[in-house]
Amino acid sequence: MFRGAVWLLAGRGSLGRGLSTRSGGWTPDWTEKVSEIKKKIQSALPGGAWHPLYDTSHLPPEHSDVVIVGGGVLGLSVAYWLKRLEKPRGAIKVLVVDRDHTYSQASTGLSVGGIRQQFSLPENIQLSLFSVDFLRNINEYLAVVNDPPLDVQFNPSGYLFLASEKGAAIMENNVKVQRQEGAKVCLMSPEQLRNKFPWINTDGVALASYGLEGEGWFDPWCLLQGLRRKVQSLGVLFSQGEVTRFITSSSHMQTTSGKGVTMKRIHEVHVKMDHSLEYQPVECAIVINAAGAWSGQVAELAGIGKGPPDTLEGTKLPVEPRKRYVYLWHCPEGPGLETPFVADTSGAYFRREGLGHNYLGGCSPTEEEEPDPGNLEVDHDFFQDKVWPPLAHRVPAFQCLKVRSAWAGYYDYNTFDQNGVVGPHPLVSNMYFATGFSGHGLQQAPAVGRAVAEMVLEGQFRTIDLSSFLFSRFYLGEKVEERNII
Amino acid sequence: MRGKYPRCLRLVAPIWNLSASGSRCLSSAVTPEGNQRKGGMLLQFLADRFYDVEALRDYLFQKQLSKVHKKNRSFVGIKKRYGPYIAGASFVLKQGGAVKFQGQEWIRATGHGYSRLKLLNFQAVPIEAVDASDCAINYEGLDNILALKELQSLFLQRCPHVDDWCLSRLHQLASSLQELSLAGCPRISERGLACLHHLQNLRRLDISDLPAVSNPGLTQILVEEMLPKCEVVGAEWAQGLKSGPEEQSQDTASPLPT
Repeated sequence: MFRGAVWLLAGRGSLGRGLSTRSGGWTPDWTEKVSEIKKKIQSALPGGAWHPLYDTSHLPPEHSDVVIVGGGVLGLSVAYWLKRLEKPRGAIKVLVVDRDHTYSQASTGLSVGGIRQQFSLPENIQLSLFSVDFLRNINEYLAVVNDPPLDVQFNPSGYLFLASEKGAAIMENNVKVQRQEGAKVCLMSPEQLRNKFPWINTDGVALASYGLEGEGWFDPWCLLQGLRRKVQSLGVLFSQGEVTRFITSSSHMQTTSGKGVTMKRIHEVHVKMDHSLEYQPVECAIVINAAGAWSGQVAELAGIGKGPPDTLEGTKLPVEPRKRYVYLWHCPEGPGLETPFVADTSGAYFRREGLGHNYLGGCSPTEEEEPDPGNLEVDHDFFQDKVWPPLAHRVPAFQCLKVRSAWAGYYDYNTFDQNGVVGPHPLVSNMYFATGFSGHGLQQAPAVGRAVAEMVLEGQFRTIDLSSFLFSRFYLGEKVEERNII
Repeated sequence: MRGKYPRCLRLVAPIWNLSASGSRCLSSAVTPEGNQRKGGMLLQFLADRFYDVEALRDYLFQKQLSKVHKKNRSFVGIKKRYGPYIAGASFVLKQGGAVKFQGQEWIRATGHGYSRLKLLNFQAVPIEAVDASDCAINYEGLDNILALKELQSLFLQRCPHVDDWCLSRLHQLASSLQELSLAGCPRISERGLACLHHLQNLRRLDISDLPAVSNPGLTQILVEEMLPKCEVVGAEWAQGLKSGPEEQSQDTASPLPT
């Protein structure tokens, strides 16, 4: 009824303007005033963003059960599984906060998009196995009624890891673990390599492991948009803004041995709007830190790491942004359609892109050569010096190629042991982490999202046990090292 | 508040090809046809406004998916008792396909050569050809076929659920498979064809009429390069190439001396 009255007003407004031109001497922007009044009335109606003084529809809500900091693939995956595993349906209000809705610097969109099971840790293998299953059945998991199905453009071409004499024993061990977990991997000798892929130069290669099923690469943007669409249809709220502050309360407690410890709880998250000083305090019960390369900064806002060194209070979240370059080149005589994702002994990697003899590749720099992560500018000399020589040695056809384009993206690099951080913080009891995957976050995102949702809803991991990825390992010094990092 | 994401985010060409009977109101508007479209729009209108209708549509959609899953269950019991050949044959015949044992004629589900008891005679006889054209086989159902280690010919023409993921499993038949036909499968793209390089014994491959392949002519050339000993039947390499009118006149002009 109200709406009808408003529309009538608007109609009469235009009619009034018609009348005014006849009688003359009326304010020319009457229709604008009418639309402002309309907006005010609509925000006052139930369901609108009601505030007596001004319109707050651009701000996040004032209360939310779970606030997920970071709207990349990990954050959206946690949101999806929270909504999927919650009982009863619609019980939990979830808010996803991201400071850039174009995802211009987010690691997800800039990723090369590979997925593999060839890891050395059983947990990583299990995470990837579930994620590949998720991708295969993505139209059952992320189906939205009356929307077209998703096509992640999966290339099931497999990963080919090459090992020199030094690494051959480790590779054999890894393959044994991978087979035990159910990955389909086979070992190849240099002779078999030459038979299968005649364009490879097997000089310096002692052993190779080749993934036969469930490995390859896909379109990360499609997964992100699919998750976003599904999660919106499940009722998750999105807000574009930056988390600038956490309001916490502390309580001093004593452990059984009499040592004093300060437990903290986050009560409010301050979300600041873009290009303005306006912020909204969002009262929340749980905060999930999925901020990717900037998770370390978000953790510091909650006071994690502020304390004397070598104590639990003083242990920082060791996740920082590391810049990685990806180059796209064209090589007309390059390897054919059967090319897997090749990871060379030197650390350089490449894969095919499309039908037109284009290839994507790069290399992880050593610690000393780490580029400055302040911006996403590409260093083309890095390709000339560090990427091209090993690849041209490995694939002689690459001696003649032409770089078409290049870009840079961030790894959310875990400086401690290059593996993810999952689960609650021991002291700040309502902050959960889902970050630090150092380059393999995208391929493990569906499984990690489910693990974090289980942790939040049930207090323990149910399907995949990720207790070795908890935060406490940084304080206890227990490194969980992954040896197969690209 | 449900946000309306921009409609221009079309994520894929609509190749969703559910069976026409159950999916009238659920399939996305690939070919809007009069009454179907109106019914679909009314349901969409209601689903946007009432949670119950949305849940009902969800339920119908899930039921459809589970129908396909049920059809593709593995015959574990039969496999244990009678061996992989009988299990594979039962599976294919149940789906509506045809099976050829070594030294025998083709057995079809509807033909008069088929009876369950007769199948039991062939417990130890390997299957050499499977014709699963137009069957609803999917990734899980392929288990039954991949257990047939002496399979020489596999016909998967016009199978609506065979996609790139299924092709990545075919490497298990690499030692014996000599003939493979994928003509008319709506979900296979050039990415799945790339993993056929494992099938080194393949002598005949049919990849004609694959709507999801983006560039049929170029794909044909690349697949021929990838499988040098195989005869690849499919698109003509010149398909998709358009010769402009200027080219013809240039051919006839005599080259100028340099």
